[in-house]
Amino acid sequence: MPDDHSILEIDCEHVILQISNYIDGEIDANLRARMEAHVRGCKHCSAILDGTNNTLRLLADGKTLELPPGFSERLRLRLAAHINHK
Amino acid sequence: MSVTATIPNSRETDLIARIKAGDRALFYELIQPYQRSVYAAAFSVLGNPTDAEDAAQEAFLKALTHIGQFRAEAKFSTWLVQIALNEARLRIRKERKGLYSSMDEGAQDDEGEYFPIDYADWREIPSEALQRKELKEALQRAVQSLKPKYREVLVLRDIEHLNIAETAEALGITEAAVKTRLLRARLMMRDALAPGFDGSWSVGTPTYKKIRPF
Repeated sequence: MPDDHSILEIDCEHVILQISNYIDGEIDANLRARMEAHVRGCKHCSAILDGTNNTLRLLADGKTLELPPGFSERLRLRLAAHINHK
Repeated sequence: MSVTATIPNSRETDLIARIKAGDRALFYELIQPYQRSVYAAAFSVLGNPTDAEDAAQEAFLKALTHIGQFRAEAKFSTWLVQIALNEARLRIRKERKGLYSSMDEGAQDDEGEYFPIDYADWREIPSEALQRKELKEALQRAVQSLKPKYREVLVLRDIEHLNIAETAEALGITEAAVKTRLLRARLMMRDALAPGFDGSWSVGTPTYKKIRPF
């Protein structure tokens, strides 16, 4: 269970401002511990953290920005034409 | 196929040396692993697939033309991404010429605070949702809806997995600016994608701007 004292040390606004650095591991251990204590006791911040992590998982799966069909072949032909012209 | 996963290797160094020496036909082999990164970089600036493909292909041709200028101490993938970003920005400048020269978003406030919408919990991604075409389209629309400066960092960091230093280098901005923009980009993406109260994707609604939940 979170310790009430540490939850009071950091507010929602501060947590949201650091949420991206938290995910990237770009904050020190002390701030991390305070954020985690806050998130455990705050439904709002915990929903935002979960949602942001979910968003990143979806983005990272590689399907968001696929090459258009035929891209590689068109590129190969263009490069070949370019090389043959020189 | 991320840029950071590709460690500069002797094969790549060898190919570059041979191309510089005149064996230009090897260029396609050299850039094969980076097609998506270069396309994604162009897309991050332009926001639509047709223009992004055009710019990406042009960027590859320029990279070939200027490969003599590539220096071994640089990372080849970052060099390519920079050429693609430049090519894409050049297109935007050309399009804007004579229209609104003051439309540059760079002047806008980066530090302004952004507060996410207080959506219902979104703890789990329903596994069936991951398979849905609807979700993929929602993701694409959400990425497209971002302003270029936020889309650029999001694409390079969270889709192409460049680290913060590489993202800063490729975009020519500070690491602090990368972090600030990334926070905003990620929160906007989350707001755009979190299922609404009715469970449907909320992409496309402009209401996710500046709503304070508390």
